[in-house]
Amino acid sequence: MPRVGVLALQGDVREHVSMLEDAGADVVTVRRAEQMDDLDGLVLPGGESTTIAYLLSTSGIRPVLERKLEEGFSVFGTCAGLILLSSEILDGRSDQWSFGALDVSVRRNGYGRQIASFESVVDVEGVGSVPGVFIRAPKIETWWGDVEVLATLDHGDGAHPVLVRQKNVWGCSFHPELTNDLRVHELFTSSL
Amino acid sequence: MSSSISPSTVGSAVVKRGLADMLRGGVIMDVVNPEQAKIAEDSGAVAVMALERVPSDIRRDGGVARMSDPQMITEIQAAVTIPVMAKARIGHFAEAQILQALDVDYIDESEVLTPADEENHIDKWGFTVPFVCGATNLGEALRRIGEGACLIRSKGEAGTGNVVEAVRHLRTINAQIRRLQSADASELFALAKDLQAPLALVQEVAATGKLPVPLFCAGGISTPADASLVLQLGAEAVFVGSGIFKSEDPVRMAKAIVEATTHFEDAKIVANVSTGLGEAMRGAETSSLEVRLAERGW
Repeated sequence: MPRVGVLALQGDVREHVSMLEDAGADVVTVRRAEQMDDLDGLVLPGGESTTIAYLLSTSGIRPVLERKLEEGFSVFGTCAGLILLSSEILDGRSDQWSFGALDVSVRRNGYGRQIASFESVVDVEGVGSVPGVFIRAPKIETWWGDVEVLATLDHGDGAHPVLVRQKNVWGCSFHPELTNDLRVHELFTSSL
Repeated sequence: MSSSISPSTVGSAVVKRGLADMLRGGVIMDVVNPEQAKIAEDSGAVAVMALERVPSDIRRDGGVARMSDPQMITEIQAAVTIPVMAKARIGHFAEAQILQALDVDYIDESEVLTPADEENHIDKWGFTVPFVCGATNLGEALRRIGEGACLIRSKGEAGTGNVVEAVRHLRTINAQIRRLQSADASELFALAKDLQAPLALVQEVAATGKLPVPLFCAGGISTPADASLVLQLGAEAVFVGSGIFKSEDPVRMAKAIVEATTHFEDAKIVANVSTGLGEAMRGAETSSLEVRLAERGW
């Protein structure tokens, strides 16, 4: 049984914990750097990326996660988590940092503010159709290197990736944790 | 790779409640100008509430308190990347329509402003933008959810810097939820009548043991310890009104309340961030108040 952490500084932590448990993982919530030991993988939940970034720094988790990412640690980020993992952030705060572990350029709130938040079906490669919940969602504008695109969505301005993977680092624009469909989480846990 | 536009739905309960879920474990700060909004964002706020006067000033000034000037709201939206909320008067659906047209991320149908309708709250189902409403007890919370609210907050007693009312409201809501959980299915009809709440929602709460939407705390939070207290009492995030920008050192207070909200169960961290913070806002004993904002709305 893989031991998976959920970063629990802010955001929809509970939903990820419950999904991962249902997907057969041993789940730990992580609020302190020492809780990062002995994990097979980590989920960065949805929430506010600026808040989570701030708390990653003050908690001392940031340098630990940076080092683990360099060593090939498995991390899956949804929404805010995708922003935190990305290599480039558009329309963010001028001083907004990210881990640079996923070679994508993401535009914060790229699908619009809250009244533009939407639900749509997403076709995931090798999985099938899953419900997609997009909330002030970041949009992946460009990607490079060995990023694999596992799902795209056309929301009126051409197809954009919404689920991507680069080796052990996974990111998605939507919130599989807000649905009853376990399959995206199972993709991640089965890779551990 | 498909290039056809995927059908999509906006304004569903899932995406409206979903934004509230994204704010959990965070602090939503009242701000009156773009400078304060930047300070809030820099300090780790998950969202800001844009308003012309914080509740303690509304209380001091008296008169009719209304929706803020759209210019102020749009300036704040331009200043920060986090969600921006704004307040409409209870029952004032035209103010809510304006706020939706301004593309605010959440509307607070708030007792802090002067009510515009003494019978009816806004029919919130008709809006794409989600609403948060205050409640003092479970019946009130479920009535608001029945009207379409996607997030409930305790009312507390805004602008007092006194957490006692927020604690009362959270404890009342939690106790009433526990009462429903222990009830027999056949008792729920009479309990729904007593709570003056929709039966279907009463049955749902009895089955799940929680509100169908997130429960946040507002009204009187002014220290990191207050934040820790209400989170331990079951609130999932906090609204801080006057407590930050009426304190001696708003930046430190804002950061300290953010840390205490995340690490609410870790008293050592809360002790650390509480150290040398300077004066919290000057508080008021609620028994001496002339106007009780929590009694607005029903």
